[in-house]
Amino acid sequence: MQILKIKENIAFMSQRKLASIFSIILVVVSLTSLATNKLNWGLDFTGGTLLEIGFEQPADLSKIRTVLESGGFADAVVQLFGSSNDVLIRLGQRENVKAEMLGNQILGLLEQGTGQSIDMRRIEFVGANVGDELTEQGGLAMLTALICILVYVAFRFEWRFALGSVTALAHDVILTLGLFSFLGLEFDLTVLAAILAVIGYSLNDTIVVSDRIRENFRKVRKGTPEEIINISLTQTLSRTMITSLTTFLVLLALFFKGGALIHGFSTALLFGIVVGTYSSIYVASTVALALGISKEDLMPEVIEKEGADQEELRM
Amino acid sequence: MLNKYPLWKTLMVVFIVAIGALYALPNYYGEDPAVQISGTKGVQADLSTLDAVKDTLAQANITYQSAALANGQVLVRFSDYKTQQTANESLSNSLGDAYSVALNLTPATPEWLASLGGVPMKLGLDLSGGVHFLMEVDMKTAMGRAQENMIGDFRTNLRKEKIRYRSVNESGNGVEIIFRNADDLANAESVLKRTYGDYLFVDNEDKLSLKITMTDAKLKETREFALQQNITIIRNRVNELGVAEPLVQRQGAKHIVVELPGVQDTARAKEILGATATLQFHMVDQEHDLRAAVNGRVPPGSFLVNDQNGQPQLLKKRIMLRGEHIIGAAPSRDQQTSRPQVSIDLDSKGGSIFSNATKDNIGKPMATMFIESKATGEKNPDGSLKFTQEQEVISVATIQARLGSKFVITGQESPAESQNLALLLRAGALIAPIAIVEERTVGPSLGAENVQLGMQAILWGFAMVLIFMMVYYRKFGVVANLALAANLVLIVGIMSLIPGATLTLPGMAGIVLTVGMAVDANVLIFERIREELREGKTPQQAIHHGYDSAFSTIIDANITTLIAALILFAVGTGPIKGFAVTLSIGIITSMFTSIIGTRAVVNALWGGKKIDKLSI
Repeated sequence: MQILKIKENIAFMSQRKLASIFSIILVVVSLTSLATNKLNWGLDFTGGTLLEIGFEQPADLSKIRTVLESGGFADAVVQLFGSSNDVLIRLGQRENVKAEMLGNQILGLLEQGTGQSIDMRRIEFVGANVGDELTEQGGLAMLTALICILVYVAFRFEWRFALGSVTALAHDVILTLGLFSFLGLEFDLTVLAAILAVIGYSLNDTIVVSDRIRENFRKVRKGTPEEIINISLTQTLSRTMITSLTTFLVLLALFFKGGALIHGFSTALLFGIVVGTYSSIYVASTVALALGISKEDLMPEVIEKEGADQEELRM
Repeated sequence: MLNKYPLWKTLMVVFIVAIGALYALPNYYGEDPAVQISGTKGVQADLSTLDAVKDTLAQANITYQSAALANGQVLVRFSDYKTQQTANESLSNSLGDAYSVALNLTPATPEWLASLGGVPMKLGLDLSGGVHFLMEVDMKTAMGRAQENMIGDFRTNLRKEKIRYRSVNESGNGVEIIFRNADDLANAESVLKRTYGDYLFVDNEDKLSLKITMTDAKLKETREFALQQNITIIRNRVNELGVAEPLVQRQGAKHIVVELPGVQDTARAKEILGATATLQFHMVDQEHDLRAAVNGRVPPGSFLVNDQNGQPQLLKKRIMLRGEHIIGAAPSRDQQTSRPQVSIDLDSKGGSIFSNATKDNIGKPMATMFIESKATGEKNPDGSLKFTQEQEVISVATIQARLGSKFVITGQESPAESQNLALLLRAGALIAPIAIVEERTVGPSLGAENVQLGMQAILWGFAMVLIFMMVYYRKFGVVANLALAANLVLIVGIMSLIPGATLTLPGMAGIVLTVGMAVDANVLIFERIREELREGKTPQQAIHHGYDSAFSTIIDANITTLIAALILFAVGTGPIKGFAVTLSIGIITSMFTSIIGTRAVVNALWGGKKIDKLSI
């Protein structure tokens, strides 16, 4: 079976101006959203207390809110989590209140207020300075990853490709962050892990394409860089689509079957894979092309041994 | 071109996958919920304990799978978590203080497999339930302690060398000594430099002062020492709690991670772990008037502190002995009054300090002061946590005779209090206070649910990819599916083998992601083969070139992903680390199975013969 039957080379690069404009708009929208809406930082980063509570019967959220309010927790955010019996309660950072008291206090309040017996599913308390450290660490992780990748690709390929792939990565990360801020989805540690996985995945894609471009620059005698890039993108297109498809499929399984705790994680990856696929086709190659990649840049420096071709024929 | 693999290569593939399968197998048997009973205070569980446990369970009508005695511990297995919980409660009620009863998960691995070292994967707290603490060590106090030690040491040294000085005081990060004349200053500098080579000396002849500060290396060493010491002590305390498979680990420069799987009673865990209790012994100041001191005229060499009943006591500032010399503490009862007390053992240095200090004070009252540090929740301007010290006199006793390295302190109100105090003292005094800055408790029901959801996600994802690959690449797709299955088995096998690897919910997500991405290498190879076929190559040539030319692409693509995964591992904590571990392992195993593994199968099926058409 074959999904894509491609006879002719697709002129991907002729649309690169359009794609660039599209990407730039998306990046600007994302950055604007990040600047205005900010990210909805999760407990990991902000500090505070989070309780997940299982009730015997479907929970009455407004009642829970009034009970908490009368107990002095006016800032509590109450929402359903997973099922209608499970409730998530979030409290901001508190000065001078011991966390251990907080959890028990709230459980007691709710047990009394709702008259239901309560199943404590999880309680998390994170101090604010841990959050600060994590934000710093997370940012650092992302930066280190990008730099290491930049160095590796520059070393294995060529600096233009390195810049191209890192631009593509930054593009994907910014868009994914933008989506989270735009939709107000909670950004916690698992989402950060997902974003780093997006970096890995998107890079995987970009490398495959760059690899083919390099190969074709060496193999194809005639043709402008644009044509060669088009050939390479066409050749790798079915692989790009299939791998994205299978990854997308299993992530769908994770999204629907994996439970509420990793919804953020799977959302980030689902979106990241779509953008990552797009960016490996358009962003990385466009940047490399714009930087003036040429045949000479990619010719191997080592002169092949005489008779190497013959060796190949004999096999 | 016949695409044949040497026999050893095929055998190697088979062997590796078989080993992977063998060590993945324990996970199939899973774990039984269990309760572990171990003796405290040097008591070992024995056959009579086992009988007592069996009796209790029979009385409470609790069914269990097995109860056995091993390594001085009784282990009772149950078929479900509910029974485990009820059994835990009734056992800890009936057995009393001499035993600690802890929830446990015990592998149900068959014996032959266990003897080969087969164990199931360790489950993270999000999958097994339990408590996670992140503790911060109060480095300010630790450094203050070090500074105090410096002051004491310098004084003794100068006195020993008979060098006169005006004062020794702390100043900034170090200590400042003021002298009477320049000669003393010069003398002192040369004397002290001999013993304190790793400190920085700055002299000021105009002010006749010598400033001694720690070098950066020494500062770092002191901090490291404080952290290490705290870790050791917390580990001791955790062991006292009797938790099965606890984790106590350093994180960064001033944090300690403690994970207690299966623990639900966080209040007790925190009481034991978080409290930094130590004792200090002071002489009671009898020369001055207590009432005057309470009214604000505290004599310079003394200080006021309340006792347990809220009554003020006036104590001499000089510390006779610090808690760090305590090496043993046990609750006991006074033979005559049968009041609870704590017997204390000191180390040899402590013993000699104490015997010197008590020798001149026979007949005078000595106070035992209990000091506990707690975090206030507030922060200093530099972002570190503020700590308060609560101190309280727990006993005032007249020194009857010169005290050596063994003595008792009284004044506890209940046996439970003396037991708790003994536990804290025995576990050692923390060099610096610690605060719990992060706490996560996951209920056992949520853990079980997470396992179930994660497994479902893996199976669904796996099934969808298998079907897709089979339909899309036909026979080659089946080969890729074999590789995918082998990959999954290898990940599980390796995860079970690596002692430090823990499966978490994000880790499961990592496996799901790997399943999706693992086919990539095969897709690359198969698409190449199709290309080659389209260009008119023979099937054997197409296979050969397909594998060959995809190889470097696969390596490049995977190494970059691996870089991302390794960075995640290096900087990540907890769940992120779990994700990074499965992702890294998955990348490596998938490279092996999809390049070498599928090649072995392809060669076995199609290699070595003439074929006209490939099912791809």
